[in-house]
Amino acid sequence: MPNPIIYDLMAARPELLVLCMAMAILILDLFLGYANRYVSYVLAQVTLIGAAILTVAHHTPGVSFAFNGMFVHDPLADVLKLMILLSSSVVLVYSRAYLERSGMYRGEFFALTLFAVLGMMIMVSGSHFLTLYMGLELLSLCLYTLVALDRDNARATEAAMKYFVLGALASGMLLYGMSMIYGATGSLELAEIRRALLSGSPDHAVLILGLVFVVAGVAFKLGAVPFQMWVPDVYHGSPTAVTLLIGSVPKFAAFAFVIRLLVQGLEPLAIDWQGMLIIMAVLSIVIGNITAIAQTNLKRMLAYSTISHVGFLLFGIFAVSINGYTSSMFYIAAYVLTTLGAFGMILLLSRQGVEIEQLDQLKGLNQRSPWYAFIMLLLMFSMAGVPPTLGFYAKFAVLQAALQAGFVGLVIFAVLMAVIGAFYYLRIIKLMYFDEPADITPIKPTSDVAWVMGINGMLVLLIGLMPEWLMELCAYAIAQSVE
Amino acid sequence: MQQMLDTNILSLSIWVPILAGILVLFTGDDRNAHIARPLALIGSLSSFLVTLPLYFRFDKNEGDFQFQEGYNWIPSFNIHYHLGVDGIAVPLILLTSFITVIVVLAGWEVIQKRVAQYMAAFLIMSGLMIGVFSALDAVLFYVFWEAMLIPMFLVIGVWGGPNRVYATIKFFLYTLLGSLLMLVAFIYLFHHTHSFELIDYYTLQIPLSVQIFIFIAFFMAFAVKIPMWPVHTWLPDAHVEAPTGGSVVLAAIMLKLGAYGFLRYAMPIAPDAAHYLSGFMITLSLIAIVYIAFVALVQQDMKKLIAYSSISHMGFVTLGLFIFNELGMEGGIVQMISHGFIAGAMFLCVGVLYDRMHSRQIADYGGVANTMPTFAAFAVLFAMANTGLPGTSGFVGEFLVILGAMQENFWFAFFAATTLIFGAAYTLWMVKRVFYGEVANAHVAALQDLNRREVLILGLLALMVLGFGLYPAPLTEMTHATVTHLLSHLAQPKLPGTI
Repeated sequence: MPNPIIYDLMAARPELLVLCMAMAILILDLFLGYANRYVSYVLAQVTLIGAAILTVAHHTPGVSFAFNGMFVHDPLADVLKLMILLSSSVVLVYSRAYLERSGMYRGEFFALTLFAVLGMMIMVSGSHFLTLYMGLELLSLCLYTLVALDRDNARATEAAMKYFVLGALASGMLLYGMSMIYGATGSLELAEIRRALLSGSPDHAVLILGLVFVVAGVAFKLGAVPFQMWVPDVYHGSPTAVTLLIGSVPKFAAFAFVIRLLVQGLEPLAIDWQGMLIIMAVLSIVIGNITAIAQTNLKRMLAYSTISHVGFLLFGIFAVSINGYTSSMFYIAAYVLTTLGAFGMILLLSRQGVEIEQLDQLKGLNQRSPWYAFIMLLLMFSMAGVPPTLGFYAKFAVLQAALQAGFVGLVIFAVLMAVIGAFYYLRIIKLMYFDEPADITPIKPTSDVAWVMGINGMLVLLIGLMPEWLMELCAYAIAQSVE
Repeated sequence: MQQMLDTNILSLSIWVPILAGILVLFTGDDRNAHIARPLALIGSLSSFLVTLPLYFRFDKNEGDFQFQEGYNWIPSFNIHYHLGVDGIAVPLILLTSFITVIVVLAGWEVIQKRVAQYMAAFLIMSGLMIGVFSALDAVLFYVFWEAMLIPMFLVIGVWGGPNRVYATIKFFLYTLLGSLLMLVAFIYLFHHTHSFELIDYYTLQIPLSVQIFIFIAFFMAFAVKIPMWPVHTWLPDAHVEAPTGGSVVLAAIMLKLGAYGFLRYAMPIAPDAAHYLSGFMITLSLIAIVYIAFVALVQQDMKKLIAYSSISHMGFVTLGLFIFNELGMEGGIVQMISHGFIAGAMFLCVGVLYDRMHSRQIADYGGVANTMPTFAAFAVLFAMANTGLPGTSGFVGEFLVILGAMQENFWFAFFAATTLIFGAAYTLWMVKRVFYGEVANAHVAALQDLNRREVLILGLLALMVLGFGLYPAPLTEMTHATVTHLLSHLAQPKLPGTI
């Protein structure tokens, strides 16, 4: 038996790497001149890739606990960490040119991003209310700061304030709910709570009150209606590189948060939270899709589209079955891959002095660059859920899970709303393909961005043609980790 | 090679045009249009040649699926890449690959803007439509069904007329709405059979109330596509705005997909509901035949007139399918193929005029026969075929359907037969106003007759229309065994406890 401390630390090797490197970058950056900033960038990339390799090398199929049951190491955590690390790496590639242009190409950006990644990794591995909460707060604090990083930008500062105030409120609610559940069950550890619930002794009234607060906190982090107010403002106000980060990677962590809290901890109360999730899912799809139609700002439109995607995601969760959770995980993976591409495209098309903000700026993209127009077309059809793109299988998976659970009416409602949703994605394709360009400057991304974007776009199509491996990966992660 | 051709002929039929389309895309912008055009022609011709063995190697005495191939595609949901065709699908596949060649030729000079993308869209669409006709797995079918909307959406939107955006978005959303309900029906069936194989659905017992819901879900998908009255309103818009090639594919093939969907999915999966709702379906078909013919009569725009005439003719197809006898069903299938040639040819004729005059208004023409005699000969032939003149393919289908309807109910046949009058009225009246009389204006006087490319295209189609009109046996022989097989399946109730 090795030393327990060593054992605990070994279980969290990727997290430790990210933590050490984030601090190293923070210190190192003090000694780097502007000309040598690329060192921070390269180090951040090396960290993310290194942590990803560690995660894979370190992977074992079983479930094991560390730090006295506060930290869990299971396939769900490993798969989600791998996805978080790889997509964060893509985020950095897409952001670099933007950061250079807007004066944010500084060590702080990379250090904060790495700390945010660390927060997400802790959330993904949390098996205790405290670890989950700590991970969430680490992530949130980094994101608040990142939104405000461009400090002379009034809109970004406003967005950061809104995000912070509402986020703090949500965290408060979450803590309050956790404390009530603690009061009723006598434990903060998810497995213990589950056991206490199954034994049937806890006071049901207190539990339900606690559950409501927890669900509200979770819904805020996901951006589900009626806790969606911050989403459009933050997406719109943040520097686009930060929007890219906020809009994509943390969804993995939020998904893990839902699985850990509601499924692994509170599944015995599923009958109670199921109803709440149904209401949130329905409202999210309606409000997200209908409000998105009215948007003229691309970032705001994608924000409302995110809200509707969260609604679809919840269809898999409220099915309360292994099939449903697997489908939701597949949905989130498809969603993040598509969103990375969409915001990445906004960054790729922007250049010094011309930031893509309005839908109209996409006009005639097919004439300027057929290749990028085609990728954007794939991304939009994927979001609309049209085969043969990845997004179709994502919608297919969650809908079949909900139908299996017997929600025929809700599924029909969801597909009708998907038709409304298709309209605003089609409008982007219309602008790119049917209209004449107003601006005919050639698009010249750097070669790394061009390659990553090409791969990202082709993956949306190729996984759409061959979705089996991703489905199997999600099924494996869920089946091994959720009883 | 021979081995591969025998076992993978359907895969080849699907993927050859798609890969050719991707290859055409790689020729880049319009500076390379002179490469893109021949490449597209080679692609479409090889796609046509690849599909030909389907006809020659088909066993005409067998009513079941042939040329089957299957791989386990998505094991998580038990989805298979399963292809196979019967006597109904083969003629439609051949029609698709044939029309694609025509469309590539028709766009040769007319399309000067983004040539490679235009040609590629049609080649890819052709592969996807062949996929729809040969898929035997519900999800595979659905993927092809939806994917083919994408190229058509772009074709109408990029190369279409002034109101193209409205028309193409309406087209897309209408079709998407119907298809998504069909998807829900497929998922429902999946949870009862744990399979997406069509064969498994054929034998599944379903209570009548559920069958009706499933049938309605399919109805939403297929009726929009055919289109049946009252969900037809997207079609005139899409036709008017689409470029000629788009209209041809839309009329010749896409409309057939809906009827094919009824034959392959809605009717065999929910036969009791199909019988139960046959009165409803026949009523809608008769309304389409009679009422839409009146609507066609008052059109000022030639393309719109032909679009309404298509809806009216497709009413014959659905009528033939839902009277559940052999004459009606075979007539419906013949009508599908024949309408593919005739409607395609009619739209090409309008395209010929539009390329020269940039107008589709009947009022802008008059006396075209004086300046374009060869063209007028072709146009009058196709117009006659459209009215169902004996000796053309249009006659065979309509006649069989009317005979079939007569066996069922005199009044069905009576209303269906009125089309022979109204169809003749709107078509011939248009022909009279456009082609005969005095030369209407200086523009008409300056018209040039057909060039060799146009003669080739219209000549090929005229050959088909006359060929099937005089000797329809190759087509009916092919479908006969399948229709008998299908009707015997439809006659067996699938309600629980009846088998």
